[in-house]
Parts: sequence; C-alpha cells; structure tokens
Amino acid sequence: MAAARDLETLQRELVPVAGAATVSHGCFVFALAPGELAPTARRLRDEFGFDVLLDVTAVDWPGDALRFEVVHHFYSTAHKVRVRLKTRVAADEPVVDSLGALYGSAAFMERECHDMYGIGFRGNFDLRPILLYEGFVGHPLRKDYPKQREQPLVPYRD
Amino acid sequence: MDARTIPIAPLLPAAAANTPRVKDAAFEYLTTRKDELIGWARKFSLFPYPFVTACCAMEFMAVSASPYDTDRFGAALPRFSPRQADLLMVVGTVTHKQAPVLLKVWEQMCEPKWVMAFGVCASSGGFYQNYAALQGIDKIIPVDVYVPGCPPRPEMVIDGIMQLQDKIARSSHPVVTDTF
Repeated sequence: MAAARDLETLQRELVPVAGAATVSHGCFVFALAPGELAPTARRLRDEFGFDVLLDVTAVDWPGDALRFEVVHHFYSTAHKVRVRLKTRVAADEPVVDSLGALYGSAAFMERECHDMYGIGFRGNFDLRPILLYEGFVGHPLRKDYPKQREQPLVPYRD
Repeated sequence: MDARTIPIAPLLPAAAANTPRVKDAAFEYLTTRKDELIGWARKFSLFPYPFVTACCAMEFMAVSASPYDTDRFGAALPRFSPRQADLLMVVGTVTHKQAPVLLKVWEQMCEPKWVMAFGVCASSGGFYQNYAALQGIDKIIPVDVYVPGCPPRPEMVIDGIMQLQDKIARSSHPVVTDTF
C-alpha cells in the first residue's frame, strides 16, 4: 500500500515545509505557514494514510503578532499514529483554508472553531453558529471575552 | 341488580324496602376546610415532568427507583408531556441556549404547577459561571423548592418533595374563583 510509509519518511518529507517536527506525548507536531496547511493535509491523507481528522481548534495568544494558532489533529487508523498541524494567523485576518474538501468531518468542527475563536475557514460556506446561538456577539473562548458576560435569550424575571 | 352497583347499606328484601335504614356507627359525613381537602389531595398526587439535562439524571433515577421510591409520596409517575404534569423537576444545568425550551415547557403546564430546582446547577448555576450557563432557573421561572447538591443525595430530594408537600398543604387552592 503506497500510503504505508513509515514515520521517518513522514518526518523527512514534511520537514521542508513544516520546520522541525517535535514529538509531544507521542504525537508528531508540525508548525506550518497558513498556505501550507491544505497541501500538507492532502499529502497526509493521500500519501501517509491519515484518514481521520480528529479535531479543529485554536489557541489564543493575546499580545502576539500572530495571535491565533489554529490546530488540526489527524489520526491514521492503519498506523495508529497522530499528527498535529499548527498554523499561526494574525488577529486582523484570522483565516485559514478549509479542509472540507478533504475531510467531511471538517465542516462541523470548523463551525465550532469559528463559534469559539472567530477563525474563518476559506472554502467553508456554512459557518453558522453550531454550539452557540444566533445573535451571540463575540467569541467566548477568546481571552478578551469577559468571563462572566452572559447573553441570555430569555428576559430575566424581576 | 346491576353488578356494578356498590351497596352502601345491606340490601334489604323487597318487602322491607320502605323501612328506614338503620344508621350504624360509621361516618355519615365529615367537615373540613376546602383548602385543606384540596391541598391534601394535591400534595399526594404530584405528577412530575422531569426536565433532565445533565448528570443529576443519575440521581433522579436513583431516587425514583425502588430503594428510595418517590412513589411513597405520590410523586412517582413521570409524565413526559408538560400538559399532564404539575411538578416541573429541572434536573441539571440549563444553558442560555436551552432557556427558551425550559420556559416553553413551563408555560405549557396547567395550573396548579410547582417547580423543583434539582441540583446546584438548576438552583444557582453551580460551578458554571461563564458565557453558556444560566445562573439558576429562577432567573426565568419561579421556583418552589431548591434541592442543592452536586448531585443531591436521594434523602435531600425526598426532603425537598416533603417540603413541597407541606407548602402545597398550607397554601390556598382556588378552584372556582380567586377567592374560593
């Protein structure tokens, strides 16, 4: 099977675009430029057998020039290996490419990431709220969202 | 003779049908206050609607099942339509997204109706204080009895039911107008 290449190959071939890989708790970690995300994900899926997109989330680093770190996790059911791709984007245009064309599960997870962090996904045309509700202002998992700010849908009793 | 007729006095032979019935020592009538009578009836026929959202459901099952048995208090038969229920048991965390659903369920219940906040999340939001959690269901609907605890012990729930029964027994029960 062409996809059954070992991890050393993965590391060797991805390092030119991804920088040095690190291993965190048994998970390969690659830091990428935003433009490399979709091509790298396609290679992970087609050449290395990473057939599951586990999660799409983000990390908010307030004060950094590239404030948001978008994190994708992949899993290979053949090799039992996980890979994490991290991409930094700036706060004024927090947009990365959608992986919806590669993984069907990306659609909902990108909606959730858009809910919580306000990350845009180029190519995902359905970023309606999925966990939040229509009318919710802001993104609650950003560090500048006030911890106790509530946006109730039902008016409170006196 | 119709078989379904319930005899209230010994059946008399036809010849003696017109003789006066002899009263024995049993109650012929009793007097009571209207509110006490209706309150007594209502407090032992609570039909709960379990609005179960979170982990307190496990404790709700425990208190409903035979070891603790809310049936002893006449509060065992859950109705899964709010229109048939008179006790709304809110069991678990209620989020802002879910609050309109809870309000609609409460509005669909017929009077008289009572509300129990089951667990600390329903009572006050519990340890959730963030963008998502409603800080106690009494922000949107009136609550009759609060049962805190995370989760509450079955004894606490039974104590809450008994306190609610006392409250029902003590309160006024208008049946015709607001004054009667």
